[in-house]
Amino acid sequence: MYGFLIGVGVLLLLSIIWMVYRIQTLVSVVKGSDKKVASGSNKINAILFVLFLLGTGILMFWYSIKEFDNYQLPIASEHGVVTDRLFWVTMAVTGIVFLITHILLFIFPYKYQYKENRKATFYPDNNKLEVIWTAVPGVVLAGLVLTGWMAWSDITAPAPENAHVVEIMGYQFAWDVRYPGKDNVLGDYDYRLITASNSHGVDFTDKNAIDDFPSPKVVIPKGEPVLFKIRARDVLHSVFAPHMRLKMDAVPGMPTRFWFVPTKTTEEMRAELNNPEFEYEIACTEICGRGHFSMKKVIEVVEPEAYQKWLAEQKSFIQQNPSLAESLPAEMKELADIQLSESKK
Amino acid sequence: MATASVANHDVHAHDHHDHEHHDNFITKYIFTQDHKMIGKQFLVTGIFWAIIGGFLSILFRLQLGFPEMNLEWLRPLLGGWIDETGKLDPTFYLALVTMHGTIMVFFVLTAGLSGTFSNFLIPLQIGARDMASGFMNMLSYWFFFLSSVIMFISLFIKTGPAGGGWVVYPPLSALEQAIPGSGLGMTLWLIAMTFFIASSLLGGINYITTVINLRTKGMSFSRLPLTIWAFFLTAVIGLLSFPVLFAAALLLVFDRSFGTSFYLSDIYIGGEALPNTGGSPVLYQHLFWFLGHPEVYIVLLPALGITSEVIATNSRKPIFGYKAMIISMLGITILSFIVWAHHMFVSGMNPFLGSIFMFLTLIIAVPSAVKVFNYLTTLWRGNLIFTPAMLFSIGLVSFFISGGLTGIFLGNSAIDIQLHDTYFVVAHFHLVMGSASFFGLLAGVYHWFPKMFGRMMDARLGYVHFWLTFVGVYMVFFPMHYIGIAGFPRRYYSWTNFEFTNMYTDLNMFVSVAAIITFAAQFIFLFNFFYSMYRGRKATLNPWRSTTLEWTTPINPGHGNWPGEIPTVYRWPYDYSKPGAAEDFIPQTVPFSQTPESNLPHEQELVKLEEEIMKEESEVLVANENKH
Repeated sequence: MYGFLIGVGVLLLLSIIWMVYRIQTLVSVVKGSDKKVASGSNKINAILFVLFLLGTGILMFWYSIKEFDNYQLPIASEHGVVTDRLFWVTMAVTGIVFLITHILLFIFPYKYQYKENRKATFYPDNNKLEVIWTAVPGVVLAGLVLTGWMAWSDITAPAPENAHVVEIMGYQFAWDVRYPGKDNVLGDYDYRLITASNSHGVDFTDKNAIDDFPSPKVVIPKGEPVLFKIRARDVLHSVFAPHMRLKMDAVPGMPTRFWFVPTKTTEEMRAELNNPEFEYEIACTEICGRGHFSMKKVIEVVEPEAYQKWLAEQKSFIQQNPSLAESLPAEMKELADIQLSESKK
Repeated sequence: MATASVANHDVHAHDHHDHEHHDNFITKYIFTQDHKMIGKQFLVTGIFWAIIGGFLSILFRLQLGFPEMNLEWLRPLLGGWIDETGKLDPTFYLALVTMHGTIMVFFVLTAGLSGTFSNFLIPLQIGARDMASGFMNMLSYWFFFLSSVIMFISLFIKTGPAGGGWVVYPPLSALEQAIPGSGLGMTLWLIAMTFFIASSLLGGINYITTVINLRTKGMSFSRLPLTIWAFFLTAVIGLLSFPVLFAAALLLVFDRSFGTSFYLSDIYIGGEALPNTGGSPVLYQHLFWFLGHPEVYIVLLPALGITSEVIATNSRKPIFGYKAMIISMLGITILSFIVWAHHMFVSGMNPFLGSIFMFLTLIIAVPSAVKVFNYLTTLWRGNLIFTPAMLFSIGLVSFFISGGLTGIFLGNSAIDIQLHDTYFVVAHFHLVMGSASFFGLLAGVYHWFPKMFGRMMDARLGYVHFWLTFVGVYMVFFPMHYIGIAGFPRRYYSWTNFEFTNMYTDLNMFVSVAAIITFAAQFIFLFNFFYSMYRGRKATLNPWRSTTLEWTTPINPGHGNWPGEIPTVYRWPYDYSKPGAAEDFIPQTVPFSQTPESNLPHEQELVKLEEEIMKEESEVLVANENKH
């Protein structure tokens, strides 16, 4: 029934539009306005441009100011401060250009709308002007590029020696986290070793792997460099930690990395935002299939002391699942057994 | 130079006789070799695809704007893609996004824009009977048609169309286990794109050859309308970059079907480790974007060319900085090939490469800025007539500024870390490439409709269409900047899983409503287009009082365009409002010797040369007459 009524309504609307259209066409033919170079609509369009400029301009400023705290995510990493500053400097520069060009673009139509007795100015070129507005954007852009380049070089420079290593592996549709353990060196891995009990494909014949441990969330210390070693198991993924201003693709067959220094603990951020439920999150930003929108991992930033304490409490892969050590060569098995017996104490 | 064009002209005169035969329905409307009809075929097919592509976007905007909505009513159309609870299937959501992108970028804004106007305008504006090879031109359309049919079929298969995003990055697009769309849907995608590339190359070779060889007497490169410059450079870009996409696709086919490892390495999926090792998914990204970035300019340059023409005509003023415009376009053409990796700053490639590509990318902003300033100066002290085409051109300039400026953020690799693959990117390219090019397309249709169909489109419906679309596009894409700065990732089916994106439901709803209104407004255009084709007011010979050659043809030009001799060109295409001239425009076909009152000093000198050429010309004509 509703469908029928809507159908009738649409038909009615269409026929009204149709009639208005026919009538205005006939009227314009009678008036002869279609023979003119520019009809009365010219003026209306000119005015509409100015109204559009004012209307959207006000809307833009109002919303940008009102919503600032919503879209401007708090920053929780050292380099994030730098990239955000670059962002807002660029915003200021482009914002000015945006406003000036748009004011001109919409004022000119009003100011220079067609008048029968006026002739447009024949003004085909001016090399001086062209040189100016090639050079000025060139110089401004050079400034933006140079500052951007310096920031980029710092961010992508090799991680400091003492950085805490965390391995993040993407797969359909979640992230797995592996810590290197006491030696701060991750053990080798091979995708052919992946089984139900060894989702990372860790190669336990490598002695660096003995103390590696998994974690349901990424725990990192505040104020100390952290190195994410990123890889993928099946298709492309991308680690995105918005508050850390961090993003790096996870590529099968090609490990990637990103290092940073977190600046606020989760607790501090909760207090700042007045939101006791706040968590730092990792999302996936490279299309990876059906569950792309659900690849969430929590990052917990804690004070360095709390971090050390947490580290000490963790159990390695082998401690959690002694069967992993069963097929190891004798020498390695010994190492594993030592660790197992230690943990029992 | 002069002698060469005289010889050319002579060939044309003979050619002309071959064209005077009658066409039947099939050779006139279907397997036609007339560039004008082929242009219209591209246009109508492009419009068809634009409706499909637009409709797909409405479907996923429903999901994003109204995630709680019961979509049961779409079941008759989408069948199993609506699950038992009345929700859109997440896999199909990805397929919708993928097909929207593929259709809009390739089928609408490449074939529908470049295919339509390069075909329609190049011979008309340079003074040629037809394209260099009418047969190849026909093949170009029919390859496109075949490609369209295959892509269209892929929308309806059981496992769904390709769903890996329009960039179809492997391994997702290579492995059927990863997403169902990577099965038959992806195979059809690859086949369709192969035919599409063939079509583009056939067209591009033709455009280039025609512009270089078939210009009428006097039509030097420095007298070409900017539209032709734009189409010419677009074809050059396409010719150099599409083969690379073909290479990328071919290697992908090998990986998918013949067990090679170009892009695949170390993959464990569906409970098994695949044997592939040594490949690199990043290799595909390099190859893809080597086309993908120039593609942006393939889409944009024709729109800018059309705008230059429309703005100059309706400002009654020469385009400001004709030479600077050409140099900018040349600069964009060259630079477009060396910026591709700015799409890959966080792909894991060497950060040093990122630095290089950041420098190169921001250089390309300079010629773009020059173009904007030149458009503004063209409007300045003009005598502006707001035809629908003019409105859409001004709209284009606005989008080009808005979207271009956000490119400066994204081209800066340090800022791009946060913004990459968020809605900021979506906002950026939909404005600068999508909407700007779409407006160029619409401006072109409104402006050249009288030449295409001999009738006028209704201007008032055009105004309504423009204002609804212009405001609508901004209402759709401007809010996306806020969402993007907030970090909302692209291609997300739902945002409720994350705390940082669990907001802006109101803004997303607003965007979806704006998208639906904007889409609905396009039906005003459709009505206007098809109604005016048959019932529109009859066009006059030169309705916009324009200077270019196409308006010297009859109202409904036949195959061969000019019934008699092809007119000779004596001046550049932008003699609008020349001081001293009686009218506010002087067509390209009027010799300087006839306009002593308005000639500039250097043009006065050309009068002498002109007379010599005309004398020589008449001698050749007499000699030809004697031969017969």
